[in-house]
Amino acid sequence: MSTASSPTPRSGPGGADGLADAASVVVEGLHKSYGSLEVLKGISLSVGAGQVVCLIGPSGSGKSTLLRCVNLLETPQQGRITIGDFEVTDPEADVDRMRRHVGMVFQQFNLFPHLSVLENCTVAQLKVLKRDKAEAQRIARGNLERVGLAEKADSYPDQLSGGQQQRVAIARALSMDPALMLFDEPTSALDPETVGDVLAIMRNLAAEGMTMLVVTHEMEFARDVADKVVFMDGGVVVEEGPAAELIRHPREPRTQAFLSRVLNPTQVQAPER
Amino acid sequence: MAMTMHQRARLSRGIQYAVLILVALALIALADWPLLIDKVFNPEIAAQQFPGILVVALKNTLIYTLLGFVVGLTGGVVLALMKLSSVAPYRWLATLYIEFFRGVPALLVFLAFGYGIPLAFGFRFNHYVTVMIALGLVAAAYIAESLRAGLQAVPKGQYEAARSLGMSHARAMVTIVIPQALRIVLPPLTNEVILLTKDSSLVYLLGMGVGQYELTKYGREAISGAGAGLTPLVVAGVCYLIITVPLGILTRRFESKTDRMKKS
Ligand SMILES: Nc1ncnc2c1ncn2[C@@H]1O[C@H](COP(=O)(O)OP(=O)(O)OP(=O)(O)O)[C@@H](O)[C@H]1O
Ligand SMILES: [Mg+2]
Repeated sequence: MSTASSPTPRSGPGGADGLADAASVVVEGLHKSYGSLEVLKGISLSVGAGQVVCLIGPSGSGKSTLLRCVNLLETPQQGRITIGDFEVTDPEADVDRMRRHVGMVFQQFNLFPHLSVLENCTVAQLKVLKRDKAEAQRIARGNLERVGLAEKADSYPDQLSGGQQQRVAIARALSMDPALMLFDEPTSALDPETVGDVLAIMRNLAAEGMTMLVVTHEMEFARDVADKVVFMDGGVVVEEGPAAELIRHPREPRTQAFLSRVLNPTQVQAPER
Repeated sequence: MAMTMHQRARLSRGIQYAVLILVALALIALADWPLLIDKVFNPEIAAQQFPGILVVALKNTLIYTLLGFVVGLTGGVVLALMKLSSVAPYRWLATLYIEFFRGVPALLVFLAFGYGIPLAFGFRFNHYVTVMIALGLVAAAYIAESLRAGLQAVPKGQYEAARSLGMSHARAMVTIVIPQALRIVLPPLTNEVILLTKDSSLVYLLGMGVGQYELTKYGREAISGAGAGLTPLVVAGVCYLIITVPLGILTRRFESKTDRMKKS
């Protein structure tokens, strides 16, 4: 059925929040510290509406922190974030209202283990968007079909493989009709053979025009899908550019060193070559 | 002479079996079985305990346990929330309470409410209220600790996933965190009911009418009868087991379910 793959029209006051179907993201001069540890040292970054931006960088460089600032799971000390026309960092902003339209996919899936797959995808529709049960279930089933797990609707998360759980997590986020999707290393906790399924779904999403900000180490995905790749190190953006160009011809030495490590992991293990 | 580990283990096991068999044989040969049965479990005396031990004693044991549990659970919820509060004095008070009541014998608390307070202030609570307070105050301390551990055992990612779907703090707690915490808490909570069932025997200390006897007091009074022997106590013990053994099985059932849930 065609309804399964076409984006469901947004119900409710999504537009009134300034969050269109696919929203842009602008981050300006973002600072975040944990105590005396400064993790983000003035980050600026933009994602156009319907674009895909991949964030890459070594461990501890602040990628997750940046992503978590975008939907205010972490509160930045300084700087400005806007999603569409909605200013996230405005102290008066209705954060819960913003989060309804910003899907987040975690490295560890974070499915709700006490709820079935279908309930995972309906609980926020029912409790937050106040959709009626039949509509919520219809939307949830549509999105489960989209990630290829329609037949698992009545299973519980612990009965699924890691890859299946992550696909449910994506369906759960999509069921809220997000204007923006944030992915924090969605395939890093997966067995190699299930990574492909999750990436394929993300490719489809990108092709459908979803705005996506993706932290990933999957360089092939970044090269094929991303409009832009941003390389972060030590809490700053070191380099950014069109995906193919940045990955093939990085300008900064730190980017070059990082990419050669990620693209040729054997060199690290066998330095004699 | 050198022995391998395996040989030594076999020899040791052989000796243990031999000792067991010898002791069993000695008991069978030496014990005066008719006398033992008459004194420990005399079917006639056992039959005399019924129906009183069920309709009075078992019923009262269940009532005392329930009263203690209701107060304990209510107090436990309050204390657990205090212990997780961001206001430091609440945390200190809760810690003080919990350490105090887990650290003193329940017997002492019963004496305080049953005798200490009446003697000191010339004021006596109703019997059931005394039991409810004494059992409940102690249970609250243990239940608070279980609840706190349960709430903290729900991974932070669960709360964050709920919030990132647009749920408010309260909604995320009620819909996502607390239901999971309750499942984690179910085994220790069931265990607490077992402990309460046994602790309700402390009511024995208080003066009371026959209609308020619980299992231990009932058994104690019955062994004073001529020729009763130990039988009434054995029957009372079996009644406790009728409550506690199924609860124990239930606890293990919950535990295996929670383990399954935690794996995901
Ligand atoms: N809640 C926190 N409290 C204190 N320090 C934190 C906290 N969260 C992150 N950090 C620190 O901030 C720095 C950046 O962490 P972050 O998780 O953003 O890195 P990352 O780029 O996502 O790394 P990885 O690739 O390992 O996921 C690290 O040094 C980390 O120890
Ligand atoms: Mg990270």
